[in-house]
Amino acid sequence: MFDQSTARAIFGRLTLESFPIHEPILLVTFAVVALLGLGIVGAVTKYRLWGYLWKEWFTSVDHKKIGIMYMILGIIMLLRGFSDALMMRAQQAVAFGANQGYLPPHHYDQIFTAHGTIMIFFVAIPLIVGLVNYVMPLQIGARDVAFPFLNNLSFWLTVAGALLVMVSLFVGEFSRAGWLNYVPVANLRNSPDTGPDYYLWALQIAGVGTTLSAINMVTTILKMRAPGMAMMKMPVFCWTALCSNVLAIAIFPVLTGAFALLMLDRYAGTNFFTNDLGGNPMMYWNLVWIWGHPEVYVLVLPVFGIYSEITSTFTGKRLFGYSSMVYATVVITILSYLVWLHHFFTMGSGASVNSFFGIATMVISIPTGAKIFNWLFTMYRGRIRFELPMMWVVAFMITFVVGGMTGVLLAVPPADFVLHNSLFLVAHFHNVIIGGVVFGLFAGMEYWFPKAFGFRLDRFWGRVTFWGWVIGYWVAWTPIYIVGLMGTTRRVNHLDDPSLQIWFVIAAIGAVIILVGILAFVIQIAVSIKNRDKLRDTTGDPWDGRTLEWSTSSPPPAYNFAFQPVAHDLDAWYDMKRRGARRPTGGFRPIHMPRNTGAGVILSGLALALGFAMVWYIWWLAAVSFAGLIVTAIVHTFNYQRDYHIPRDEVAETEGARTELLAAGT
Amino acid sequence: MRDKNIPSFRTLKCVALLVPLVVLLSGCASAVLDPAGDIARQQRDIIYFSTAIMLLIIVPVLVLIVVFAWRYRAGGDATYDPDFDHSTSLELVIWSAPLLIIICLGALTWWSTHLLDPFRPLDREVAGKPIDRKARPLVVQVVSLDWKWLFIYPEQGIATVNELALPVDRQVRFDMTSTNMMNTFYAPTLAGMIYTMPGMRSQLHAVLNRPGVYDGLSANYSGAGFSNMHFKLYGVAPRDFDAWVARVKAGGGTLDTPTFLEIEKPSEKVPPMYFAGVDPTLFDRIFKRCVRPGTPCSTGMHGMGGGNDPQPPHGRPLS
Repeated sequence: MFDQSTARAIFGRLTLESFPIHEPILLVTFAVVALLGLGIVGAVTKYRLWGYLWKEWFTSVDHKKIGIMYMILGIIMLLRGFSDALMMRAQQAVAFGANQGYLPPHHYDQIFTAHGTIMIFFVAIPLIVGLVNYVMPLQIGARDVAFPFLNNLSFWLTVAGALLVMVSLFVGEFSRAGWLNYVPVANLRNSPDTGPDYYLWALQIAGVGTTLSAINMVTTILKMRAPGMAMMKMPVFCWTALCSNVLAIAIFPVLTGAFALLMLDRYAGTNFFTNDLGGNPMMYWNLVWIWGHPEVYVLVLPVFGIYSEITSTFTGKRLFGYSSMVYATVVITILSYLVWLHHFFTMGSGASVNSFFGIATMVISIPTGAKIFNWLFTMYRGRIRFELPMMWVVAFMITFVVGGMTGVLLAVPPADFVLHNSLFLVAHFHNVIIGGVVFGLFAGMEYWFPKAFGFRLDRFWGRVTFWGWVIGYWVAWTPIYIVGLMGTTRRVNHLDDPSLQIWFVIAAIGAVIILVGILAFVIQIAVSIKNRDKLRDTTGDPWDGRTLEWSTSSPPPAYNFAFQPVAHDLDAWYDMKRRGARRPTGGFRPIHMPRNTGAGVILSGLALALGFAMVWYIWWLAAVSFAGLIVTAIVHTFNYQRDYHIPRDEVAETEGARTELLAAGT
Repeated sequence: MRDKNIPSFRTLKCVALLVPLVVLLSGCASAVLDPAGDIARQQRDIIYFSTAIMLLIIVPVLVLIVVFAWRYRAGGDATYDPDFDHSTSLELVIWSAPLLIIICLGALTWWSTHLLDPFRPLDREVAGKPIDRKARPLVVQVVSLDWKWLFIYPEQGIATVNELALPVDRQVRFDMTSTNMMNTFYAPTLAGMIYTMPGMRSQLHAVLNRPGVYDGLSANYSGAGFSNMHFKLYGVAPRDFDAWVARVKAGGGTLDTPTFLEIEKPSEKVPPMYFAGVDPTLFDRIFKRCVRPGTPCSTGMHGMGGGNDPQPPHGRPLS
């Protein structure tokens, strides 16, 4: 036995009580997660895959592999975030009158906080970054991103953040202060536990990753486009990715700054956001929403790009109003900085300030409306093939238009006084995030999956996924709109009025239908892998695509393109096909490529240790891991083995195999 | 309140009207959609009016999506024109149609935001009945504590916890602050919600027009006891209000500093409490964060601060 001070020096404030061994729900969850983890580790060990995974994936700087890893991270975290959603829906469906439900506030508050945090930071962002990572360099005809190592580091920092959130499930507690970790709830005085610290460290670590990734993507788009691809000949997806990442570069430092100040409050006893001694909690709200509102567009802009690509491909038409689409995107990017105050009209800013921000918010709906019309008129006089990606587009348009309308309604301050913090608001942002971002991500995954893996996704299970999500969304969220209009507010774990219960029961049924959609997606992937030979695409262009990613093989070789493509027109690949461009079959040269490195994994592992140590006040570990971070970063600068050449014979062999495959296919 | 008698009928009515959404908005009575206060009623009308304006463009778009998706499906016999990707006149319509809607909504926003500014004294008791300029508004000081509501009536010299009574058809001015957490003061039937914030003071002007018993709550998450941070709002005739005040006074007890420090401590599901007397400086000291003896009061920065300003600062921080 140690005496207490030794224990505190070694373990900080971590004690045996920090492990929730008395909470059955958490114990079962832990058991399931541990078994799954052990199963995966066991399988990897049994099939001797560790070396392969480390060499080919974990240390990879290939944007395609990093993109796929981001997608896997996003999908795993979706399962976690959605479990939280199911628990909330179950609680609200039963907790009426005398029945307090099964989740006490202590637990319920952590669940809604974790749900929001995970869904935005560890589901939506990784899935968007993953798709941009995979698709954008191919669309601009590049061989990789501008900073390949940085890309790997960004990914692993995001993983470290996600792991820290997952750790909080079983060691100590997560924040109970809402998905933006609002003060005063998150102040040290009101939450002296580890919750807000887990939140802050997880998001700071992941936030560094996101910021670096945004810098990387912007540089790539600006500097690495194929010859001939002027900005106004760039695919719309690249434009939206550019705007989204420019936004991210501008706003993430604000969030990092706000979190850093809150960390100082919690660790160093400063008073930036406290109630006394000159602190001002309202300032925190301003800062996080200066990040928070543009963040919505960071997520939704690339998705608008996905819809544009898919609509154009499956209608067999050029995108209607390409330049107005680009201008609309840029206008949204700029305007999104000017609207943050609409998140707290009810804080007493005065009528003129509220009107300004209300009207600025509505103005965003003009370019957004123009985009909807552009998709609509792309469909006009098209020949629409209702493959799965296109089905998602139509579902999106119908769902999103309604969400847009309720959003503009919320931008009218007097209406917002009534609807703010109500379930109507919650329904609104789920309407635009599910109906906009999630539908778009599924559309994108269905669309580009054959590119990434060389076979299509199973159509039957894809339909089940689609209908599960679309029907589930409407069944789950229409009742929430209704109870919101009846004056029910958000984040309550118990309601008194029994006449409202029916709506929450319907909403819970909707959530179960969405669950069917999510499970069907997992099954779809499993079934497709099993039937991959039947679903195989040898052409590299299964949808009759229009942009450059469809000109190379599926999956593309490590170097993407044997020769750098030259773009002459918007829809460069469609243009090449129309002009009968021939694929070169000789004259290959060695290709210069970046070399894999483990530095990203090591740095992120140290960042994770630093975060964990700081959360638990384990100062020695924090010092060691921080020093480790600095040393590793310095050592990495002395790594001169950063690149290699793929020999000409290897390129010739890879391309030759593709020539044979193409010949066999036709 | 009205719907308590026939909940199943109301519910059925709402279910039957599931689509379209708008019809449904007017279908189910509730504190928000059938309020007893003039401000809440005007806010509801703005919801209806804005929704109606937006539907002018939303409905055609929804119809067009379905029509185009069906008409131009592969295998149909509609025209196929793969190069139709630009039309100046069409793009003009595309940008100007939403622009026109937003100009209308923007005008409505500017006008209604100023008219219904919570800091602004009311013009009317109810539609068609202007307010008597000579009559002073009833002042209620609202303090959100962890996790209950304190209401101080300075003129009447009384205070209550978790129970608010208002005379109907009389303008009320709420001065609001908080001890620790940020909450919103929200009685859906009366008016929209306003934040209560520590070290700041916000304001709301409203009037209740129909007697009855209504619900009030905090609508901003403020920690463990938040879900039960409710109060009852009694709308009563002026004579009954005097009787209510007298009843509170008859109960005895004074809300002085020690008592306040006692009830300030976090507690949940607190039943109503009544105080026949109240320290007149209490609200000011809560707002300036110096209730506890020996704590220096924050002096307002920006030249703001005093509790007796006719036009207090708009939710600005002190120090």
